[in-house]
Amino acid sequence: MKEKIDLGRVYGPSDDVVVREIEGEIVIVPLTSGIGDLEDELFTLNETGRDIWTRIDGSRPLGAVIEDLAKDYDAPDGLVRRDVVGILQELLERRMIVEKG
Amino acid sequence: MSAKSYVRKVISGEAGLWRSSKPVLARLDIELTDRCNNDCLHCSVNLPAGDVEARASEWTAARWKALLDEAAGLGCLVVRLTGGEPLLRADFEEIYLHARRLGLRVMLFTNATLVTPRLARLLRDVPPLETVEVSVYGLTEKSYEAVTRARGSFAACRRGLGLLGENGVAFTVKGAVLPPTRDEADGLEAWAASLPGRTGSTPFATLFDLRSQPGDGKSALIAGLRMGGDEFVDFSRRRGEGAVDEWRDFCGRSGGARGDRLFTCLPSGASAAVDPYGRLQYCLGLRHPDAVYDLASGSLREGVTGFLPRLRGTRASDPAYLERCGRCFLKGLCEQCPAKSWAEHGTLDTPVEYFCGIAHAQAVAAGLLDRGEKAWTVRDGSKRAKRRTGS
Repeated sequence: MKEKIDLGRVYGPSDDVVVREIEGEIVIVPLTSGIGDLEDELFTLNETGRDIWTRIDGSRPLGAVIEDLAKDYDAPDGLVRRDVVGILQELLERRMIVEKG
Repeated sequence: MSAKSYVRKVISGEAGLWRSSKPVLARLDIELTDRCNNDCLHCSVNLPAGDVEARASEWTAARWKALLDEAAGLGCLVVRLTGGEPLLRADFEEIYLHARRLGLRVMLFTNATLVTPRLARLLRDVPPLETVEVSVYGLTEKSYEAVTRARGSFAACRRGLGLLGENGVAFTVKGAVLPPTRDEADGLEAWAASLPGRTGSTPFATLFDLRSQPGDGKSALIAGLRMGGDEFVDFSRRRGEGAVDEWRDFCGRSGGARGDRLFTCLPSGASAAVDPYGRLQYCLGLRHPDAVYDLASGSLREGVTGFLPRLRGTRASDPAYLERCGRCFLKGLCEQCPAKSWAEHGTLDTPVEYFCGIAHAQAVAAGLLDRGEKAWTVRDGSKRAKRRTGS
């Protein structure tokens, strides 16, 4: 089931995962049960995912994250929003990102 | 920016995880204690659970936690917690949780006799992300305790396995082929396959290391329990010729002889081990004084990037090793290595007759040698192996 994403809300990494940066890769390691489908899964992000992940840090609303990314990439807001909502959807479903505050 | 798949799963190991360089250290093996609550016939490690001197010398949880911090900083993703029996340590949960909170996956090697409801719940709620490996020494109380020599250990092991299963903790059962259990292998496999929570197949320990501590009598006991070469071949063949085909194939693919190289089995940075007293080793079991690095006086980084690579460059000088092991094409089958030499002879480069005999029996079974032929006398042995493999 898809989570409803609100651009006015603040999202950040879940306490149920440990996020590590190793040799330039973001590696997401489940800490509690029920994060992965299998017991021995790790997760990593593609380049887009990585850029978005580092900005979804629980400090500001999602809309501000999108504005910031659009500025950095010199890309239309709509295109950036599609990517951000896409990854957030995936990360929320996996309980790797949660709504903060 | 482009939206495709943002999150990539990496299953079973780190293959495919690294796009550019790999971390300095992939896995760290930690022997939390040499003590064990069992007193297994065949074990080269176990000290009594109440050994005061050993216990006092073991690193504290604070030191292990600091080392785990260092390991994570080097990019390590997996830590193996073993012993002795690691669950003997009252601070096991603290060390385990610290490792998991650093984002390390934990391989736990245990006899399961000390698994409590609380620990099973912890492993359920904060899973190790690696299958727990449980050594089970027999199918019946009589055979099990003939091996462990610890009254009540059979029931405790069964209780521990039950707790793991009830809590959905994935575990593997490992057996050992010893005189009291030699006829139980098939039964143990079938029983293990029926357990809730158990995953994978049931491997059996068959070739046991001596203790590398002369004079305590244990090595003589272990030597008396070992299978001979033909017996090992028969045991390996109990499911058909698959194992023998594998030996032939493995030999064909394992390249030429060792020459004077000693450390050939682990790629650089793949793993390192630390004993209960904070000494870095190339692998578990290799505690030769020239092959350990005291982490009390140096960092893990220096040990992994300086000491271990230098150790890997060590060359053999024992004439028998150079004459035999150095020229032998069975290196893919033979367990000869510095750790085995240390356990058997207290050196790094002395041929171990026992493993030599096992490898020769395997090679005869695989059609790579005639009975009585010595592998190091075969010219172009690797060509022979390739020819007979058909590769």
